[in-house]
Amino acid sequence: MSDMSVHTPRDEQDASNIIREAADKGTLLNLAGNGTKAPMGRPNQTDASISSTALTGITLYEPAELVISARAGTPVLEVMRVLAAKGQELPFEPMDYRSLLGTRGDPTIGAVAAMNISGPRRIMAGAARDSLIGVRFVNGRGEVVKSGGRVMKNVTGLDLVKLMAGSWGTLGFLTEVTFKVLPKPERMATLVIRGLDDRQGIEALAMALGSPFDVTGAAHVPDRDRRGGSTLIRLEGFRVSVDYRMNELKRLLKRFRFMDILEGVGAEALWQSVRDATLLTDQGNRAVWRVSTAPTKGPDFVGQVAQSLDAQWFYDWGGGLLWISTPLDGDAGASVLRDATRTYGGHATLVRAPTEVRSTLDVFEPQSDALMTLTRGIKASFDPSGILNPGRMYAGI
Amino acid sequence: MTIAFPKPDEAVLARRREIVEGLGRLVASEALIVSEDERRAFETDGLTAYRQMPLAVVLPSTTEEVSTVLRFCHEHGVKVVPRGAGTSLCGGAIPQADAIVLGVAKMNRVLDVNFESRTARVQSGITNLGISQAVAHEGFFYAPDPSSQLACTIAGNIAMNSGGAHCLKYGVTTNNLLGVTMVLLDGTVVEIGGEHLDAAGYDILGLVCGSEGQLGVVTEAVVRILRAAEGARPALFGFERVEDAGACVAAIIGAGIIPVALEYMDKPAIQICEAFAHAGYPLDVEAMLIVEVEGSDQEIDDMLRRIVTIAEPFKPKTMKVSQSEAESAAIWKGRKSAFGATGRVADYICMDGTIPTGQLPYVLNRIDEIVKSYGLGVANVFHAGDGNLHPLVMFNTNVPGEMEKAEKAGEDILKLCVEVGGCLTGEHGVGIEKRDLMTYQFNAKDLEQQMRVRGVFDPLWLLNPAKVFPLEGRFAA
Repeated sequence: MSDMSVHTPRDEQDASNIIREAADKGTLLNLAGNGTKAPMGRPNQTDASISSTALTGITLYEPAELVISARAGTPVLEVMRVLAAKGQELPFEPMDYRSLLGTRGDPTIGAVAAMNISGPRRIMAGAARDSLIGVRFVNGRGEVVKSGGRVMKNVTGLDLVKLMAGSWGTLGFLTEVTFKVLPKPERMATLVIRGLDDRQGIEALAMALGSPFDVTGAAHVPDRDRRGGSTLIRLEGFRVSVDYRMNELKRLLKRFRFMDILEGVGAEALWQSVRDATLLTDQGNRAVWRVSTAPTKGPDFVGQVAQSLDAQWFYDWGGGLLWISTPLDGDAGASVLRDATRTYGGHATLVRAPTEVRSTLDVFEPQSDALMTLTRGIKASFDPSGILNPGRMYAGI
Repeated sequence: MTIAFPKPDEAVLARRREIVEGLGRLVASEALIVSEDERRAFETDGLTAYRQMPLAVVLPSTTEEVSTVLRFCHEHGVKVVPRGAGTSLCGGAIPQADAIVLGVAKMNRVLDVNFESRTARVQSGITNLGISQAVAHEGFFYAPDPSSQLACTIAGNIAMNSGGAHCLKYGVTTNNLLGVTMVLLDGTVVEIGGEHLDAAGYDILGLVCGSEGQLGVVTEAVVRILRAAEGARPALFGFERVEDAGACVAAIIGAGIIPVALEYMDKPAIQICEAFAHAGYPLDVEAMLIVEVEGSDQEIDDMLRRIVTIAEPFKPKTMKVSQSEAESAAIWKGRKSAFGATGRVADYICMDGTIPTGQLPYVLNRIDEIVKSYGLGVANVFHAGDGNLHPLVMFNTNVPGEMEKAEKAGEDILKLCVEVGGCLTGEHGVGIEKRDLMTYQFNAKDLEQQMRVRGVFDPLWLLNPAKVFPLEGRFAA
């Protein structure tokens, strides 16, 4: 990596020239921001790197229209700071991977889009892809392409915005992204229920999420001895409304007896550790998996995994998002996890493991033949020479 | 009548009998519609000015049947126009003379509901409202609520990524869809997503949503269902100036309030809808906002109090909070029947552009000027929170040339929407109606990339090919 040439285009045209030349010469490009997520995905061999770090700055912010545009290399924290100054935020609460991956630097807003990075509020407000309303990017031909725009209701033409979200730089080099934003809630309060096992915890979360009280966070964190745990239910909004809904929620869940209300800095830190999966990081040298499944299947999924592996875990998204750490030996638990996704549905991604482990495994959930055929076709339609982040998601993509 | 259909393929027309016989061997006789009389029911959709008789209509009952029919069409080079309930306002379901119509309306069952995971698996021919009705006994609903929700199917909603009046809070179809079973033109059945959030791999689900029946035929869908709020109450605000209504919208959102709905009606729309629905709309104002908030009585009171305080500096001439269920229903009846009520007083075409909301007063004044320059009238009803306009350009079909004038005015309005930073269509889709305007919003490279992606699914351009992309310059790979 160290002697590889790094392109840092100053503008879109510059990026287009670099990529067109790479396509002509067959130069394989690694697409990056500041590299804070470099140790994720399939390790790939590239000849050069193209980074968005020189493409920075907020290009449009209209608080009354709930919309912000930024060049792809703009730090996420900068975007959040500018929004916060007007009492707004990114609705999907993007995770910060640095603690989990042990990386440093400024995560970029482009990567949030490219990797569809969301957090606990995803259950209520949607994922990054749901708030992403416009993109500009350079495809593997070196062509500048736009899709979507700056308005939140837009069904004009094929929604390439969605394809770009979560394509990990394999389809195009993002130069500018536009997000829908929301007001920051006036108040946040968390109901903590203690002493529930996984199944009871998920049941409590399902009751809360099935209530009319607009839950914006629903996590269950088992204790180390697995006899109980902390079940977290978050409410946000105007003060009067949060007070009212919290009372109703307590009444609804009164059969779970040990309840506390958590607010302020401590509660914020707790949700940050849920968001960033740092509840798992103090476990030394282990692999970390991220699983999305139907919320009610969460405990069964984990149960099956824990039968064969020394696993640690916690649940977000009402039980539908599982963070699971496994020992690194053998296949780091891949065959057991993938058995479970076949049984219970959903998909598992190996988020953290050393390069040698990730290079021998399917990091992303293998797809059906029909989906893989479409995936290959889509890749070729954006990047016919296969020069953009080749193999980062799937072999040959 | 200015929009052209591609010239029908004479060879296919000549083989009609053979094609119909071939289809007859694949599906039950009651699933195949051949006679001219019966085919006529499918010759148009919500864009009734345009009509085309299809070769035949097939109404399959299973995914397997859909697969068999599509494979046959693929092998025989027959075009396919997928159809839900045929309520498309942009001509998305209008047939072609050399195409069969493949309707999913018979596949209308709820297959599974999971209240704990908050998902429902349905066949794609179920109506939008049918999903909500199937889960209402537990207090749940399916959120996107297009005005045609009584009739329109989830298949059509997915094809058009339909929205509705309440999408400011709940999002549009793409935000409420977790998975689909889709049949590709060659008959391959693909499962995308499922009962979990965020499908694996490329977001093909997001791509399919809004693809206007050009990528495949969706036969089943997994949607999110939500627990309904404890209550909802709308309030009406009437303003003497358009600018005040626009500024009031910006002030509400600027204060951190996202009402569940924020609807705008101008004077002509108010008068037309009031005459039809007797909703108690103020008749002496230039602009009216319907602001709806949700929650418990206590939360609603608190929120409406805030909104009234925000609205006061803009000197609303009328401020009226609904006092009863009946009053709320009347307020919404007026708004949701805007298209139908306008249809009673004039012929009209309904535009659907979106604009940045800050441009509202400018765009409304320009729309007025544009329509007047053609000697026509306009009524405006739209989703003010998200800038999705619905100007209804009114004309009289019996006056020669008026419809063409209305179409030209509509075109000018959509160009204006793009000019100020918006788009051609917010929720109705491109269809045939806006197909030839696509070059105003997208340059050649933007469109080429879309067509390349389209080509991955349907390289022969057999699926709904008259729509979305300008007829010139098409290619597949």
